[in-house]
Amino acid sequence: MKEYILKRLLLFIPTLIGTALAIFILLRVLPGDVAEIILSGPAGQGSFAHEDVLRLREDLGLDKPIYVQFGQWVWDMVRGDLGESYVTRRSISAQIKNQIPVTLQLAALSALTVAAVGIPIGILAAVRRDSLLDVILRGWAILGLATPSFFAGLLVILGLSTIFRWMPPVGFSHMWVDPVVSIQQLVFPALALGFASNGLLLRMMRTQLLEVLGDDYVRTARSKGLSNTIVIWRHAVRNALLPVVTTFGFQVGALLSGTVVIEAVFSVPGVGGGLVAALLSRDLPMIQIYIIYFAVLALVVNLLVDLTYAWLDPRIRYE
Amino acid sequence: MSSSGGPNTRKGDGVTGIVKQDSQVELSLPQTRKGNWRQWLRSIARFMRYKPLGGAGLFLMVLFFLVAIAAPLIASHDPTATYARDRLLPPSGEHWLGTDFLGRDLFSRIVLGSRISIYIGLASMLGAAVVGAVLGVTSAYIGGKYDLTIQRFVDALTAFPSLLLALALVAAFGASINNVMVALVIVFSPRVTRVVRSTSLSIKQMPYVEAATAIGATDIRIMFRHVMPNTFAPLIIIASGLIGSAILIEASLSFLGIGTPGALSWGGLLSGQAMRFFTTSPWIVLFPGFSLTLLVFAVNVFGDALRDVLDPRLRGR
Repeated sequence: MKEYILKRLLLFIPTLIGTALAIFILLRVLPGDVAEIILSGPAGQGSFAHEDVLRLREDLGLDKPIYVQFGQWVWDMVRGDLGESYVTRRSISAQIKNQIPVTLQLAALSALTVAAVGIPIGILAAVRRDSLLDVILRGWAILGLATPSFFAGLLVILGLSTIFRWMPPVGFSHMWVDPVVSIQQLVFPALALGFASNGLLLRMMRTQLLEVLGDDYVRTARSKGLSNTIVIWRHAVRNALLPVVTTFGFQVGALLSGTVVIEAVFSVPGVGGGLVAALLSRDLPMIQIYIIYFAVLALVVNLLVDLTYAWLDPRIRYE
Repeated sequence: MSSSGGPNTRKGDGVTGIVKQDSQVELSLPQTRKGNWRQWLRSIARFMRYKPLGGAGLFLMVLFFLVAIAAPLIASHDPTATYARDRLLPPSGEHWLGTDFLGRDLFSRIVLGSRISIYIGLASMLGAAVVGAVLGVTSAYIGGKYDLTIQRFVDALTAFPSLLLALALVAAFGASINNVMVALVIVFSPRVTRVVRSTSLSIKQMPYVEAATAIGATDIRIMFRHVMPNTFAPLIIIASGLIGSAILIEASLSFLGIGTPGALSWGGLLSGQAMRFFTTSPWIVLFPGFSLTLLVFAVNVFGDALRDVLDPRLRGR
C-alpha cells in the first residue's frame, strides 16, 4: 500500500508540470495581441499609439521569448507569487484568496447532499425493484441528468420566491462565522448543482446493488437465515459500493467545475464568477491561475479516488 | 460495410455484443442490398415496441431535428425584432410563448435557437466519434510508441471535468459556435478512443483478422474493413451518450456568456438580462429551459435504450 501511494504521489508532479505547460501554451495561441486588447478597453474602442503597445508589452513581460515567460511564471508560482491581473493590476492571490473558501464550501456541501441522498435512494430503488417507487426514483434520476444545472437553479429560485416569498440571503457568510446564514445561502445552489450527479449516483448504486444481489454469496447469506437487513447492508451494499465510490469521486470533480455555472445563477461570490469575468476580459494571468486551480483540484480528486479505491479493494493494493 | 454479410452476422465472437444475443430486440446495421429500407423500418418498429421510452426519445429527437431544419418557416415572428411596447408579454394568441424583455417573440427565438443545440450535439458527437474511432483502432492495431503517446494524451485529457476543459479550450480558441464544437470534439474524443481501443485490442486477436493477414490484406484494409466495423456497437453506445453532454455544455457556456456570443442559443436565452426579470415573468426562462431539458431527456433515453439493445450485458443499467 505504501509503495502504491508513493508511486501515485510521484506521478503527481510530472502531471502537474505537464498541465501547467499545456495551459500556458494553450492560452498563448489566443488570436490577437494581449497588449492591444487591454489598451482598447472592455468595449474595444479605445485609441492608443503604437508606443503604448510596446511599452505595455515590455511591462507585462510579453516581449520575452515564450520559454522565459513560462519559466518565470512557474518560478513565481513556486514562490507563492501568483502574479497580478492585466486588467486591474491587482495581486491575483488577494483576489482568489477570498473566493476559494466560498467555492470549496459550495462544492463540499453539494457533494455531501449528493452522497447523502443518492446512495440511500439508490439502495431503496434496488431493494424495491420495479415497484412504483423504483419507477419514480429512476424517473427522477433521468430528469436530473437532463436538466442543465443553471435551469435547475433558476427553478429553485422561482419556486422559493413564488411559493415561499423568500429569497436566499445575498452575499456570503463563512460557515464558522455565521453557520445558519451560510447554510441558507449555499444549500439551494448546492442542491441545484448536485441534481445531475445525484441521478447518476442513484443509478449507479441501484445497478451495482442489483448485480451484487444476484451473486452466490448473497444467496449463501440468505440461506444461512440471515435477516434481509443484514444481507443487504452487511453483504451486498459493501461490495456494491466500490464502483459507486469511483463514480462519486469523478462527480466531485464535475461538481467543482460545475460551481462556475451555478455561482452565476445564485450570485455566489466564488471562484466561478472570477473565472468568467477573467475570461470575458481576456485577463490572461488570471485565467491561467483559475484554470490551474481547477486542474489541481481535479488532479487531487482523482488521486483521492485512486487511493480510496486501493484502500477499499485489496486486489488493487497488492498488484 | 463489409460485403460478406455485414458485421452483425458474425455470430458468437462474444466480444462486442453486436451479435444477436437477444433475438427479440435486434437492431440491424445498414446493409447495402436493395430494398432493405423496409428492414430498417421494421427494426425501428420493433425498437419502438420493446423500448417504448427509447422510442419516444427517438420520436422527440426527430421532431426537434425537423423543427431545427424548418425553423425559419415555423417561426411566427422575426426572432431579433424588438418592440419596446410589447416587453415581457405573457403567452397569448399573438405571442404563443410570450415575449422577452426587449419585446422579442419567445416562440420564434426558441424555434431558431434549437438549431445551435442540435448542430452542436450532432456535429461534436460525429467529430468525436470519427476522431476517437480512428485513433482507437490505429492505437490498438499499431501499438508500440504510437499507442503509448496516444494513451498519455487520452489519460491527460480525461483527467479533467469536461465542462472545465471545454471552458479552457473555448477561452483559448475564442468564442464562436464552431470553436465550441471543436472544443467539444477535443473533450470527448479521448473517451471514444479509450473505448474503441479496448474493443479493438480484443478484435485484433480474432481468427478472421489473422485470416485477413494471411491472405495478404494491407494493414489499412484490416484496420478499417475488419477491425473498425466490429467496434461499432460500443462506439454507437458511447457516441449516443455524448450528444446530451455536448448540448448541456454548450448551453452552460452560452449561459455564462462565453460560448456563442451573439448567436441565438437556448442557454443564452436564460442568461444576462433574463435573470433580472424571470421572477416576475417566469416564462422567459421556463420555455427555453424546458425545451433544453426535453431535448436532452429525449437524447438520453434514446441512448439508454440503444445501449440496452446493443449490449444485452448492460440491460437495466
